[in-house]
Amino acid sequence: MTTAPAVEEATESAFLAAFDAAVAADSRIEPRDWMPDAYRATLVRQMAQHAHSEIIGMQPEANWITRAPSLRRKAILMAKVQDEAGHGLYLYSATETLGVGRDELLDKLHSGRQRYSSIFNYPTLTWADVGAIGWLVDGAAITNQVPLCRCSYGPYARAMIRICKEESFHQRQGYELLLTLSRGTAEQHAMAQDAVDRWWWPSLMMFGPPDEESGHSAQSMEWKIKRHSNDELRQRFVDICVPQAEILGLTLPDPDLRWNEERGSYDYGDIDWTEFQQVLRGNGPCNEQRISQRRQAHEDGAWVREAASAYAAKHEGGAR
Amino acid sequence: MSPATDWPLWEVFVRSRRGLSHSHAGSLHAPDATMALRQARDLYTRRGEGVSIWVVPSSQITASSPDEKDPFFEPAADKPYRHPTFYEIPEGVRHL
Amino acid sequence: MNRVPVTAAIALGDDALVLAQRLGEWAGHAPVLEEDVALANIALDLLGQARTLLSMAGDEDQHAYLREEREFRNVQLVEQPNGDFAHTIARQLYFATYQQLMYSELATAQSELEQGGLAALAAKAVKEVAYHRDHAVQWTLRLGDGTPESHERMQRALDALWRYTGELFQPMEGLPVDLPALREPWLAAIGEVVARATLTMPDGPDRTPWAAGAGRQGVHTESFGRMLAEMQHLHRAHPGASW
Repeated sequence: MTTAPAVEEATESAFLAAFDAAVAADSRIEPRDWMPDAYRATLVRQMAQHAHSEIIGMQPEANWITRAPSLRRKAILMAKVQDEAGHGLYLYSATETLGVGRDELLDKLHSGRQRYSSIFNYPTLTWADVGAIGWLVDGAAITNQVPLCRCSYGPYARAMIRICKEESFHQRQGYELLLTLSRGTAEQHAMAQDAVDRWWWPSLMMFGPPDEESGHSAQSMEWKIKRHSNDELRQRFVDICVPQAEILGLTLPDPDLRWNEERGSYDYGDIDWTEFQQVLRGNGPCNEQRISQRRQAHEDGAWVREAASAYAAKHEGGAR
Repeated sequence: MSPATDWPLWEVFVRSRRGLSHSHAGSLHAPDATMALRQARDLYTRRGEGVSIWVVPSSQITASSPDEKDPFFEPAADKPYRHPTFYEIPEGVRHL
Repeated sequence: MNRVPVTAAIALGDDALVLAQRLGEWAGHAPVLEEDVALANIALDLLGQARTLLSMAGDEDQHAYLREEREFRNVQLVEQPNGDFAHTIARQLYFATYQQLMYSELATAQSELEQGGLAALAAKAVKEVAYHRDHAVQWTLRLGDGTPESHERMQRALDALWRYTGELFQPMEGLPVDLPALREPWLAAIGEVVARATLTMPDGPDRTPWAAGAGRQGVHTESFGRMLAEMQHLHRAHPGASW
């Protein structure tokens, strides 16, 4: 196949123009397309962080699998934690289309060079936390993720479509769990309220810093990696949650929460960004624990992965 | 990091139901084809999404390069007669 | 007559429940993420079997959460701690091979039990456990014929769990399957895999005076009590509550 001369002569600016045009036309960028280095780097950073969050996010919930108070709940929770492993894998797979191997990504996670969502640095202290994570944390994640189904990078958008489809049950099971507790015994109700009290603010922080302080936002919106601003999504989430909390019979721990007729939205109180920064810097309640567990699992499994590689090398071609 | 633990990457294709062709679902890491198939089943058909799976080592896929897009695909774009809507058929003609 | 054989339903249900509980402990700790997904699949299948079986004998949660250690009828094999990945795989290989043989028989058993639902359960379960067995076989081959370290670990695991395998073939009241007769085909199936994996069949006793049929009579090993305590504590802390 001879290469078209026009392509050989094409300068980087022509490629950039083609890229910009594709993004502007809401077309998708695919792995083998030319893309600006910064676009690639932003995607790798965001997708890796997203994948890591799914994997680390297994821990706070897996913490309750062995103690789930009914067999039905145990099955639901196992399936949910399994989905999270699956979602992590979809996202690692999508990230690998950008030319970064999973080993490299895991290595960066284990050494703290890539982040995961700070929300998973909070502990699950009671069974109700499983419900609060489903309702609030997954709810916030879904609010963030639905627009990503239209992200300009094809593999990321496709992974998100699959994930969002599978995740709708996650939020519902959490809500149902909390509702059961809220309408249960006085102790159960208190347990549910306590969980919501602890998870509400960290959930709001999941949308990231306020727009005026968000470093990556503007460029990401231009590239259509991101479709809505942090504050916009946060507001959307608050507006969805308030009526849901009423039906739950639980209160949200914010005295400043009230309907604003003019804006057609709920006003909410100030978020404690110092806490957010602290957790981000590694000083959250579980940062150390989460990473050590991940690292430990990886190290403990090394001999298993080596064994399978050795077996494959011995039986190449014949192991069917 | 030991390279011995770095399992190769496989592309996974799933036939979602009889009558449809396999389509690309994603990728995964597996030490060999046998394990790749099983892991693909666990990962990509957790909700009964498939009746048949193919796995292919990613390194075995040869892809057309986007640079070649024009010579590769443009000739097809100017052959509208390959598409059934190209033909005008009088109303009332059935089974065509 | 279509009475469910309660003793058998509870024994088989306890096996599935306890193994699901053990496998659930792996969540987030597997050697590779793909294996987290695979082990969870197996655990979910087993939990499903357990729920069906225990429901045949009454309320599933009452059985799972409110019985004492001595009332559980599972074999001791399934309650053994996960150990390293090789121990988990050895436990899976022994147990899934047994389950596959047993459920194949049960699925075709012609008796009044069919009305009781055991045959329907077995027909579904036999497909699930065939997959569990395949998973265990694939890993036994890779660990056995992998590196010197994995070979040694796999051999050690097979040897360590061997003493709990004899119990699988004790006759069970109400189960229309000749369990002692399954021992030969089970030995042959395990022997074939072990040989292919370049491992050796354990040569110790497959039962000890303590373990022979003990689990089925409610006598368990020490770690089982702790496993139950963890599994049951929340449910028991709120008597009568709904979840």
